[in-house]
Amino acid sequence: MTDRSNLLRTLVALLSLPTLAVAQGYANLGSEAEGFAVPSPNGTLSFPADHAAHPDYRIEWWYLTSNLRTNSGEDLGIQWTLFRSALAPENTAGWQSPQVWMGHAAVTTEDDHLFAERIARGGIGQAGARTAPFSAWIDDWEMSSTDATLDRLRLKARADAFSYDLQLNAHGPLVLHGEQGYSVKSADGQASFYYAQPAYSVTGTVTLPDGPVEVTGDAWLDREWSSQPLAPDQDGWDWFSLRFDDDTKLMGFVLRGARADFTSGTWISAEGEAEPLAPGQFAAVPQRWSDVGGRDIPTAWRVSLPARDLSVTVEALNPQAWMGTTFSYWEGPVRVTGSHNGTGYLEMTGYDD
Amino acid sequence: MNVTLHSFLRHWQRAPFQLVLLLAGLALATALWSAVQAINTEARASYARAVDELGARDLPVLTAPEATISLDHYVRLRRAGWQVSPVLEGQWQSGSEAVTVLGVDPLSYPGAPEMSRAAEDNDLDLLALLRPPGVLFAHPETLPDLDGPYHLLPMEQLPPGVVLTDISLAERLLDDVGRLSRIVILPDQPASLPPLDQIVPELQQNAASDSAMADPERLTRSFHLNLTAFGLLSFCVGLFIVQGSVTLSVEQRRGSIRTLRCLGVSAATLMQALFLELILLALLAGAVGLVIGYGLAALLLPDVSATLRGLYGAPVEGSLTLRLSWVLSGLAMAVLGTCIASLQAFIALRRMTRNLSDAAVTRSAGRTYAMCGAASVLLIATGWAALNLVQGLLGGFMFLAGLMLGAALPLSLVFYGLSSGLLRLTRAPLLRWMVADSRLQLPGLSLSLMALLLAVATNIGVGTMVSSFRLTFVEWIDQRLAAEIYVQVETPKQAERVLNWADRNGARALPQFRSDSRTATAPLRIYGVVDDPLYRDNWPMVRGDGNSWHRVYEQGQVLINEQLAHREALRIGDEVALTPTWTARIAGIYSDYGNPDGQATVALATLQDRASQIAVTQIGLVSPPGVSLGALAGSLRRDLNLPARAVVEKNTVRSASIGIFDRTFVVTGALNILTLAVAGFAMLTSFLSQWNRRLPQLAPVWAMGVTRRQLAQFELLRSLSFAVLTFLLALPLGLFLAWVLLNIINLEAFGWRLPMFLFPSDWGRLFLLTGVAAALAALVPVVRLLRLSPATLLGVFAGDR
Repeated sequence: MTDRSNLLRTLVALLSLPTLAVAQGYANLGSEAEGFAVPSPNGTLSFPADHAAHPDYRIEWWYLTSNLRTNSGEDLGIQWTLFRSALAPENTAGWQSPQVWMGHAAVTTEDDHLFAERIARGGIGQAGARTAPFSAWIDDWEMSSTDATLDRLRLKARADAFSYDLQLNAHGPLVLHGEQGYSVKSADGQASFYYAQPAYSVTGTVTLPDGPVEVTGDAWLDREWSSQPLAPDQDGWDWFSLRFDDDTKLMGFVLRGARADFTSGTWISAEGEAEPLAPGQFAAVPQRWSDVGGRDIPTAWRVSLPARDLSVTVEALNPQAWMGTTFSYWEGPVRVTGSHNGTGYLEMTGYDD
Repeated sequence: MNVTLHSFLRHWQRAPFQLVLLLAGLALATALWSAVQAINTEARASYARAVDELGARDLPVLTAPEATISLDHYVRLRRAGWQVSPVLEGQWQSGSEAVTVLGVDPLSYPGAPEMSRAAEDNDLDLLALLRPPGVLFAHPETLPDLDGPYHLLPMEQLPPGVVLTDISLAERLLDDVGRLSRIVILPDQPASLPPLDQIVPELQQNAASDSAMADPERLTRSFHLNLTAFGLLSFCVGLFIVQGSVTLSVEQRRGSIRTLRCLGVSAATLMQALFLELILLALLAGAVGLVIGYGLAALLLPDVSATLRGLYGAPVEGSLTLRLSWVLSGLAMAVLGTCIASLQAFIALRRMTRNLSDAAVTRSAGRTYAMCGAASVLLIATGWAALNLVQGLLGGFMFLAGLMLGAALPLSLVFYGLSSGLLRLTRAPLLRWMVADSRLQLPGLSLSLMALLLAVATNIGVGTMVSSFRLTFVEWIDQRLAAEIYVQVETPKQAERVLNWADRNGARALPQFRSDSRTATAPLRIYGVVDDPLYRDNWPMVRGDGNSWHRVYEQGQVLINEQLAHREALRIGDEVALTPTWTARIAGIYSDYGNPDGQATVALATLQDRASQIAVTQIGLVSPPGVSLGALAGSLRRDLNLPARAVVEKNTVRSASIGIFDRTFVVTGALNILTLAVAGFAMLTSFLSQWNRRLPQLAPVWAMGVTRRQLAQFELLRSLSFAVLTFLLALPLGLFLAWVLLNIINLEAFGWRLPMFLFPSDWGRLFLLTGVAAALAALVPVVRLLRLSPATLLGVFAGDR
């Protein structure tokens, strides 16, 4: 993964949650949106159509994280992400297509973190996302269903050092974040469309360098698309998806800004009802920092949501879960203890300077 | 040790001429060798830059021998997990220049970082690489030829004539959508992938990419091997000089060596001192040789690069870079060569320290001859085995090396036999003395005579090959250039205007339609020609009969070039796959020199019927009776407003082609002469090294009444006799060498066999040159003899006591 081309980095800067885009001077691109569609509070999501790609929006992803346990009781996490980035709001066929796709896959155990990356041009079938039946893929990495819903998925990825093949069964409804899926990302009003399926149970096989292991556990799928990067002063984010023992769930994020941090999130009941959190309700404060390849990364957090009497410590299963991909960030499974106990995933961007 | 070395080095102060000879010999050897190395390295580096820095070198590729590669193949591979990268390649007419477009996906192509870097260096947004209007990367020399609304960026690593761009733009330029030329298999692959032949059974995996970028290496391999062989030969010949000089210097220091031994210097110290001295001299001469070699390479390189570019289209820049590895290897060669060449001197020194007499040395000569004979048989046998066991060009060159060395080794044995025979035949005392004396000199002269033999044989061999090739080439080009005027056209519309114009003006038009395809291993160009007596009468066929053209025009059969026939082992009557859907029977095979790729010619109607994407780039015209070529060309230019260079007369094309050909062999010619010069030099040093030993042998003859003048004449005669004999032995060896070059090396390198012609006048000139070299080599001893004072000769007798 070393020595990747600068072109990829530039592409990824456009694509990833725009922290880097800001750093690299693409902040102004998004505010004008340059012919791209822009999320509007009046838009309503419609399924299954919205499971597929939205080529008229600049950026989009299918983001699955899973907390698993092996037969012998060891915890591990896997990540499967498909990013789409459009260089122009078109969807032409063939090499002329301005759509670019990127996949990230990872397996994280307590003492190992393996990851891989795939990049593909759109328009030729090497990568894409469609419904009926649903499939999102890049090369041979695939998240697919036998029908148009996201209820039962098969998830596959393969790299030189690891692979996995998992069955996912949803036991709850889709959750729309923000206002019916319209999720505000800054005080200035930058926003995205954002929904999730946070309640999968998982079985399957993860193949590690030592050989295959059978696993069971839970998974969480996020779907998000937008055309606007963050506000110009925002330089990174800390994103939490937490699953508690009473089957309630919490999604919360902190967008770190020079002026002020912006926090938001969603409280999800055991039945899957979503309650959007107003800015400021969710709070996350770093408690312990780890040296990760020369960077200082907060790998233990105090997360609180006073409205729900929630105050927990969130600790990385493996503090070294650095995704050294073209666009690099920290992403790994976490353990939750305190007023609520459980597991989850943590993503942190903007720490790689 | 210091004192010993010092007294050793003092010798050179007394014999400055000898020092100059030694240094010159070694420097010359190093110079020739390192010049050739520099040229080769530079050329290879140019090719390598193209492929290496763009990262695609030595990566295996998938090609479709019998079909085109569709985008679907690529996607299927990707969906199966294989990490692969697509390449679309084709010819694009940009303005008046045709260039090779290489379309790649910058997201996966191994050379993508170079593209990004070039874009960034030119302050271009990297995303412009993927988006319209697109970016074309080309060598700075090629950039001015490019045209269009694209970003044009220089990229030094690219070969001239190649344009690198995003595959989406390549599709538009080449008007070739949804197809790929090949698929590069990237180095890092996931574990346990399904085998390739399950996913894409119709594609074939080739060990290394054979793209426009990798071609030069393949094409020019024989050219460089030729140069290397020449360089090595020169180096060997140069070492003979060193051998002579060093042995002589030890011989002359006999006195001081005895004194040093008497003073208690051990034999080991003496050996070490000699070794140190030689290393010093080798480094000094090596450095001088490198300077000369660098200059020589710089002088020859423009010619070489013009040759390579003209003959093969291979990219070589005309400038030279000084590489540390080149300097070090040149010095190492000089030191190593000196050590090898000085073995005899070490043995002599060892003997001297043990006080062995010279007589013992001479007596062992018989055993040496026997060993030479055995080694010779062994070398030739090894060469023959290599020819049969080692595939391709390398086997051919190994055979050549074995043959040449094997033929040179028994040379002194032959001379020994000849002189012994002569001794038995003649009764004249003076002649008998001369023959016997010459036979006595053989051990000391044999190496330089071998050098002369090798140089003369190489001269004859390479000269015969080049001249045969040239004769065939000129004849071929006259046949091939059947029309009188050639018009370059850029668009079908323009072609039509030219054809209409020809029709109106009563000129016969021979348009050359063509379509590009591929065989399993290489590009294939298919020409479609109209039915014209010029083709039937003139076309240079290697195999075919009077009916070949009939079968082409009437039965849709095909003529193929010799290269294609050799490569695919095709004969008349065989079927050849021209495109995935078009197989045709072969009606004839024609010669097509100077072209590395396969070529086929069919009737125009057949081409239009079977091939897609037909282009016309050239139209030949034959003037109507009574109209001069100049007038016709002039009115064509005027009427259709064509640029001057678009309308070319036959003679211009002819002389340009022959010019390119001649340039190719300028280097060969220069090296030929240099090798011969070095060989002459080797003889000179041999004569000189024998000088001291000769005085005791000459003195008694002089005392019996033979004048110094006569002695000098004998000396000259002896040198000339050796040269003449050597030449006579070298002649058949050289002709055999030429035969091997024409029929084995050429066939392996280019795919064509050439008829061999003999050029006795060239031999005559070479004979004279050899004589002059021998006479010049004998000149110094002769002059010394003439100036020798009787006192010196008398002194020999005094010294005996």
